[in-house]
Amino acid sequence: MSEIDTIPVSLTVNGRKVQRFVEPRTLLIHFLREELNLTGAHIGCETSHCGACTVEIDGASVKSCTMFAVQANGASVTTVEGLANADGTLHALQEGFRQMHGLQCGFCTPGMLMRAKVLLSENPDPTEEEIRFGIAGNLCRCTGYQNIVKAIQYAAAKLNGRTYQEAAE
Amino acid sequence: MNEMVITRAEREARLEGMGCKRKRVEDVRFTQGKGQYVDDIKLPGMLHGDFVRSQYAHANIKRIDASKALALPGVVAVITAEELKPLGLHWMPTLAGDVQAVLADGRVSFQNQEIAFVVAENRYIADDAIQLIEVEYEELPVIVDPFRAMDPDAPVLRPDLAGKTTGAHGPRKHHNHIFEWTIGDKSATDDAFANAEVTIKELISYHRTHPSPLETCQCLASFDKIKGELTLYGTFQAPHVIRTVASLLSKIPEHKIHVIAPDIGGGFGNKVGAYAGYICSIVASIVTGLPVKWVEDRMENLSTTSFARDYHMTTEIAATKDGKVTGLRVHVLADHGAFDSCADPSKWPAGFMNIVTGSYDFPVAHLAVDGVYTNKAPGGVAYRCSFRVTEAAYCIERAMDILAQKLGMDPADLRMKNFIRREQFPYQSALGWEYDSGDYHLAMQKAMDAIGYRELRAEQKAKQEAFRRGETREIMGIGVTFFTEIVGAGPSKNCDILGVAMFDSAEIRIHPTGSIIARMGSKSQGQGHETTWAQIIATELGIPADDIMIEEGNTDTAPYGLGTYGSRSTPVAGAAIAMAARKIKNKAQMIAAHLLEVSEYDLEWDIDGFRVKGNPERVKTMKEIAWAAYNSPPPGLEPGLEAVNYYDPPNMTYPFGAYFCVMDIDVDTGVAKIRRFYALDDCGTRINPMIIEGQVHGGLTEAFAIAMGQEIKYDEMGNVQGASFMDFFLPTAVETPHWETDFTVTPSPHHPIGAKGVGESPNVGGVPAFSNAVNDAFGFLGTTHIQMPHDAWRVWEVARRLGLHG
Amino acid sequence: MIPGPFVYHRPASVGEAVGLLAAHGEDARPFAGGHSLIPMMKLRMAAPSHLVDLAGISDLATIRDEGSTVVIGATVTQAALIRSDLLAARLPILRETALQIADPQIRTKGTLGGNVANGDPGNDMPALMQCLGATYVLAGPDGSREVAARDFYEAAYFTLLQPGEILTAVRIPVPPAGHGYAYEKLKRKIGDYATAAAAVVLTLDGSTVASAAIALTNVASTPLFAEEASRLVVGTSLDAATVKAAAEAAKAITDPATDGRGTAEYRREMAGVMVARALVKAADRARTGA
Repeated sequence: MSEIDTIPVSLTVNGRKVQRFVEPRTLLIHFLREELNLTGAHIGCETSHCGACTVEIDGASVKSCTMFAVQANGASVTTVEGLANADGTLHALQEGFRQMHGLQCGFCTPGMLMRAKVLLSENPDPTEEEIRFGIAGNLCRCTGYQNIVKAIQYAAAKLNGRTYQEAAE
Repeated sequence: MNEMVITRAEREARLEGMGCKRKRVEDVRFTQGKGQYVDDIKLPGMLHGDFVRSQYAHANIKRIDASKALALPGVVAVITAEELKPLGLHWMPTLAGDVQAVLADGRVSFQNQEIAFVVAENRYIADDAIQLIEVEYEELPVIVDPFRAMDPDAPVLRPDLAGKTTGAHGPRKHHNHIFEWTIGDKSATDDAFANAEVTIKELISYHRTHPSPLETCQCLASFDKIKGELTLYGTFQAPHVIRTVASLLSKIPEHKIHVIAPDIGGGFGNKVGAYAGYICSIVASIVTGLPVKWVEDRMENLSTTSFARDYHMTTEIAATKDGKVTGLRVHVLADHGAFDSCADPSKWPAGFMNIVTGSYDFPVAHLAVDGVYTNKAPGGVAYRCSFRVTEAAYCIERAMDILAQKLGMDPADLRMKNFIRREQFPYQSALGWEYDSGDYHLAMQKAMDAIGYRELRAEQKAKQEAFRRGETREIMGIGVTFFTEIVGAGPSKNCDILGVAMFDSAEIRIHPTGSIIARMGSKSQGQGHETTWAQIIATELGIPADDIMIEEGNTDTAPYGLGTYGSRSTPVAGAAIAMAARKIKNKAQMIAAHLLEVSEYDLEWDIDGFRVKGNPERVKTMKEIAWAAYNSPPPGLEPGLEAVNYYDPPNMTYPFGAYFCVMDIDVDTGVAKIRRFYALDDCGTRINPMIIEGQVHGGLTEAFAIAMGQEIKYDEMGNVQGASFMDFFLPTAVETPHWETDFTVTPSPHHPIGAKGVGESPNVGGVPAFSNAVNDAFGFLGTTHIQMPHDAWRVWEVARRLGLHG
Repeated sequence: MIPGPFVYHRPASVGEAVGLLAAHGEDARPFAGGHSLIPMMKLRMAAPSHLVDLAGISDLATIRDEGSTVVIGATVTQAALIRSDLLAARLPILRETALQIADPQIRTKGTLGGNVANGDPGNDMPALMQCLGATYVLAGPDGSREVAARDFYEAAYFTLLQPGEILTAVRIPVPPAGHGYAYEKLKRKIGDYATAAAAVVLTLDGSTVASAAIALTNVASTPLFAEEASRLVVGTSLDAATVKAAAEAAKAITDPATDGRGTAEYRREMAGVMVARALVKAADRARTGA
């Protein structure tokens, strides 16, 4: 293996400026987890199918296992650690996932939350079908998604100033 | 001061005890990215281990050359079987009484088998080093079809067993035979068939699949040379068992091994076994003196750390013309892969397959299971099921449908006719179990009414006619299932793992101010034990659940337990919690009597404390008692308020349920659309209905995946096919159906709180419901049994064979 | 699953990118979203020693309306295709197809250029581009040239893109207003490549098909323009017999592999089913103006 020099990357992570030297091949997920100790995003499949590594980059959802840290140079990255509101209260999605039992083992949850955040920013009041399609890049092995859908509906209602009403079965 | 008076209902609600939909404690950290999973843990100087794996399914290894890898900066060590031999660790015992190569000892017997363990400064360098290691192979003939494993001229898959005509479970009939396990009255069963008015016989296969939790198997071993102590973090469903196994293998005394299972990202049985990665990480840490982390990737997970099912069940039912079953005969050919590392209680090489009589009153039955070796990954874990129970449920539920079809009876009516009746419980099954409780007719009727079963059948009939007339290209299937599970392994008279009886444990300590820490031998992987265990204690001891902290997974602090799998936590650890709480309550009663200056017998329990009978104003709450227990105990009574219970259950528990699946199949593409899925579960007493519902949703989703396409497949060369999430079917939110859940409650009579366990029921009952729906859809066109998985192309093949494509 | 080491380049212009590729020859690979290349690198099935990231070339990320042609830059993402009002109005089949590619996260990174250029027969856009009669703009050391999508693909991962060349844009002739279209894709689940898929664009003159183009995804080592099938439906009212004949003609040119999605026979038959369904849907849209 040839020796490859490290190169500088500088980006904003959860509102904080970060500068590091990295090997170009450093995957963003490893950069976040190993360099910055932000271990919320997880690695579940490594082939960009499971979405456990999902973070928000400049307002879009990205699978950070299939992106080099250098590609995020200059970007603004938000991970689940930066999801809570500025005043320290939990984001409506964090609340919704707990209220609606939208998680079990918790491993997919950070990626699912970050995906849901962007989904709601693009579509503030999605239907069940739109939610299911919108989170189809995130696999969950525990919940069967039904309560995740409700959790996102709960958050959408709250963010829209409504109280969530569960649909009758 | 009326507003200060708290009603009994409010006192009860404040506890958040059993039966309430308590929100989960765990979620607070998980939703903020603050869970701590194995790969989140970093130790100073930590190294990373990774495997060189076999390209071939069966080959001799002629040479391993690691020199280039060792020359790579940052590579610390390369370990092969040669390095493990002096330590006696190149082979390890399996849970099933076999041995398994930790690193290939001159031969590989399945693709991706571990050959060498590279240890490097980081995972990038480790991966680079793997590319530099040269392995020279001499290919050998391969067996992937279990039906060919015992051919007279089949290649010898296990030369290390040459000449051994007896295995851990009795005689071996062939060099690739592992065991034959039989149970039941053979001659009585043969008689039933000889005299039967109607019989059916079908080979019902349950394909190979994999639990595939979202977090793969991983560990971090750290050996302290000075203290001679090993700390092992890992994704362990059974941390205490891992500690015992690690001690027996490494010779490190058990008290000097600290096993810690932190948060676990799903298990589903995958994380019960002991894998090569654990052994190699421990050895590497001992050798280097530094912590060594091993994290398998998804391909490794799907193709090496175990598998599930691969059971081929030739099933026969004898019955009368009017549909009363008179006998069951099953022969199973079980493909165990290259080593028998099946994760079952040690005396049960086929798990609890003898629950195969299901929910039906079979007067006689016989079961024989032959286990064989093939060139596939070893394992055989209970993937969200209790030791081959899902295979058994699939077998009997398919077979009952086949019988119904032969008799021209409705499959729900056939089941109703043959159910074990409520008054027969406790029921002795023909294959040796004592079913604890059930009301099958009630559950089935409730389910049929809820889904509108008769109307659905009428609709189906109309659709079939429309299909025959060419008005639609869709056919409709109604999958009926009524399953009985056997969980809660288990009584020490039946169950042990490597000699360790399968009890479980709880330790509860009430602090002086009345809050609690409690620790168990179980280990949550997402089931929410931190939430539900506190609910049991809250109800038993009258302390609010929010004042109770639950800890699991640290073998230094938790009492010894056998862990969480096979839906055993609630039946066993859950019972231990109740029993430990009751010990505390007994002492609390003595203290309360002392404080109230009455006899213990004059006291009665009331939600959160003891009151004097007939004088409800005289009360001591558990909080007051706790303070007194430390600071003013009755004379002669030792201070403190804590208890430990090791619970050896008197029997298993037998959850059951009625599941219905309504499916529409496009015969031109083979795509099946799930229109409705209704699941009624009876898991006895319900601790947290919200969590039960969540468990059912998740288990049904796994069942859907398994039935409709999830498979670990091999080609004829033994190459594993599709070991990634591109091909291995894990449904997304789009494919996953909407689930309707329901319940009845039939408490277990022998369990302290009457609970039975639920986590695995939906997988056990779900798979046959989906498969029966596919079979039911095609049945009117003349099929009797269609093998799983029912992915679109295979369903289309059925339509093709039936000539439905013109 | 860790990629091998490489040197990272982020040129700001096409000229600079082409220069880098020329300088490093076969050791260099251009990439944009990276969702095809990075997984291959993680499996060490691709090990370029120089990566040329096209994301810094802002000209490549635009969608331009040139009247009868829409020009889409190579690094326009699937998400941007889906969001584009221009495309929704003039080339709605792009949105319909893009929505069937992978999943939301991958669509934010995956680009049209990457999808059409890397030669993966599983990709959806190449057949669509063949259906639409698009041309690819290729920039190389000797300047720029255009190649028709219908001529571009030679075999799996083999295209007319020469070493040192970069696909910079796709030029798509806009079908007439009121055209019918459909992209019908059979797949096992979200995120999967097609078991078989068919793209159809047609116009009607009254109830008669005036023009039609049909192309197929993932049923051969390249995308397939179904010329014979396209021709068969023109001048017909797209009656059941014609639809069947077109499906048969499309099936006849397929050569799918047996894989986890099904046997070769199944996948060939599904190509026919997708063609038939896409034709019916496209004609219906043309009729109703939907």
